[in-house]
Amino acid sequence: MNMIKLRNKYFSLLFSKRSFSVLIIALLLLISSFIVSLTLGDRYISIPKVLSVIFGEGEKIDELFIQAFRMPRIIIAIFAGISLAIAGAILQGLVRNPLASPDILGITGGAGAAVVLFLAIFSDNRTNQLTVSIKWLPLAAFIGAMISLVFVYAFAYKDGELRPLRLVLVGVGFSALAQATTSFFMIIGPIFRATEANMWLTGSVYGANWEQVKIISVWTLVFIVLALSFIRHINTQQLGDEVSTSLGVQVEKNRLILLFISTALVAGAVAFAGAIAFVGLIAPHIARKIVGASYGALIPLSGIIGAIMVLVADTIGRTVFSPIQIPAGVFTAVIGAPYFIYLLFKTGKR
Amino acid sequence: MLIHPRSRVIVFVACILLLVICFFSSILLGYTDTSFTSLIHSFTQFDGSNEQLIIQNVRVPRAIIASIVGASLAIAGLFMQVLTKNPLASPSVLGINAGASMLIVLSITFFHLQSPNATIWLSFIGATLSAVFVFGLSSIGKDGATPLKITLAGVSIAAMFSSITQGLLVTNEVALEQVLFWLAGSVQGRSLDSLHMVLPYIVIAWVVSLALGGKINTFMLGEDVSRALGQNTALLKTTLVVLVIILAGGAVSIAGPIGLVGIIVPQIVRMFVKNDYRWMIPFCGIFGAILLLLADVGSRYILMPEETPVGIMTAVIGAPFFIYLARKGGTVK
Repeated sequence: MNMIKLRNKYFSLLFSKRSFSVLIIALLLLISSFIVSLTLGDRYISIPKVLSVIFGEGEKIDELFIQAFRMPRIIIAIFAGISLAIAGAILQGLVRNPLASPDILGITGGAGAAVVLFLAIFSDNRTNQLTVSIKWLPLAAFIGAMISLVFVYAFAYKDGELRPLRLVLVGVGFSALAQATTSFFMIIGPIFRATEANMWLTGSVYGANWEQVKIISVWTLVFIVLALSFIRHINTQQLGDEVSTSLGVQVEKNRLILLFISTALVAGAVAFAGAIAFVGLIAPHIARKIVGASYGALIPLSGIIGAIMVLVADTIGRTVFSPIQIPAGVFTAVIGAPYFIYLLFKTGKR
Repeated sequence: MLIHPRSRVIVFVACILLLVICFFSSILLGYTDTSFTSLIHSFTQFDGSNEQLIIQNVRVPRAIIASIVGASLAIAGLFMQVLTKNPLASPSVLGINAGASMLIVLSITFFHLQSPNATIWLSFIGATLSAVFVFGLSSIGKDGATPLKITLAGVSIAAMFSSITQGLLVTNEVALEQVLFWLAGSVQGRSLDSLHMVLPYIVIAWVVSLALGGKINTFMLGEDVSRALGQNTALLKTTLVVLVIILAGGAVSIAGPIGLVGIIVPQIVRMFVKNDYRWMIPFCGIFGAILLLLADVGSRYILMPEETPVGIMTAVIGAPFFIYLARKGGTVK
């Protein structure tokens, strides 16, 4: 058989040889964009020099640029991309709706509202300055994401079950409320605050540091491993409740776990990278067009595609219009959408 | 909570009454309290008093605009859900709001445009361009515009446009300040003149929409079935897209992007009347108008004497009700 199986008691991954080579290619693409992104910036550092810095033998000044500025930012971009894309892929499988994405559960909206509230409460209107360190902003976003999560679950949970459609509808309602709060505080506040909030809402990894890298990498890695070990359950979720139940699958329990994994991923990503739009929606669709709907290859490939999207978007944002920094969220759609439309067009003609 | 087919007429009449009540409260309530008699007098014996001027120049246009915009958005939302067979779809899936916002922000950034009339036309053109683009793109191929293709082409193009808008706003603080209020959607301070330009098209679109109910019923049986019954599905889909462009594009050009109405009103209606589009279309229109009228009245009280954009109030009023219904209705489809 042209299939590759990785399997033990807890873990089961199955994908075709073709998907495997697609994954390898995508990974190579990610690694090369990682290296190219390290070379670019105010100071151009050639690829051999970048490599020698990575292996600990570079010049001091190159090391400073790479270690202090570029590397943390790039790593956060990659983790944010992976998290959002995998969360999107899981959610689309769970609720069986192509429009599902992390935004639709109200998690991103809740984080956004928390950030705007944070800026509103802790800023001094006379000096136009924040009264506490901006360092706390990710925490506010994270708390906002978690609170909205609890709300959405509580309202969607009924008669001992969590139906996907009800969850999505409650999520839509809740995001609308969160968005209303966000625009309300943006409009009543001074314009500098609206600008700052808008920057965050667009999604940016500007100002990333190693402390953040440590937190997000541990957080994300844990949940990525969990997601990968649960892939087989997403496949069964896609079949629909009746079929899955008759196959002896514990639909409810798996669904809760999967939802928890995806919201945890999103919460980590929005805390440090802001509400980067579109990645969670389109990266899984691109992956699905390339390797098909079986989740064995879909989840990892979505993750890699999401990482590439955010990484490239941030690289463009910090280099092309330099010295102006443009948030990564502006370019994710500009990169992802044309490619996706091309895929749509290609498969449509067939 | 479904209402029995036989009592539909009664419920319908009750809803119209509710609409009329909301319409008059929108005229009478606000920072300047006005009474019902002064409303009548302002039309029978106009004396130019402050109160009568407010009624004629501010309140009445506003109530009319809110009802028209609300009804149009709700019907457009219903049609989008038909076209994409997705309960989460709304006119924004065709990129209506994204296209309109992009053109407005582009013209403010590069041409420093401010005239209200130009805003109306630009947003309408932006909405149309984006919808035509999406529908054209999804019609490529043998199988035509399938629900999935419309949805996917729509979300990606809408995302592309809104990222361009975001990019311009992030780099241009002046433009952000100018469009922030427009972007939240508002029916305040729009004169009846702005409505006159778009209203004829919207009314024609309403009439056509009401006439399409039966056809959509057939269409919802599935494309193969309806084609076998002799229906020209491609023509119907194109008509629906044109209607969405006129209704939602017209609404966005008058009131800016008001998001939620297009998603939640059709869902709310679906919980009362199911599967019969001859009833769902008029119910959507009435509920949409009611929601926007209530939201507009509410928006006057939150920051009194200042106004909150009505887009915010639609969410504040609509979302909790929507969540309640989503919880209650076990049969939501």
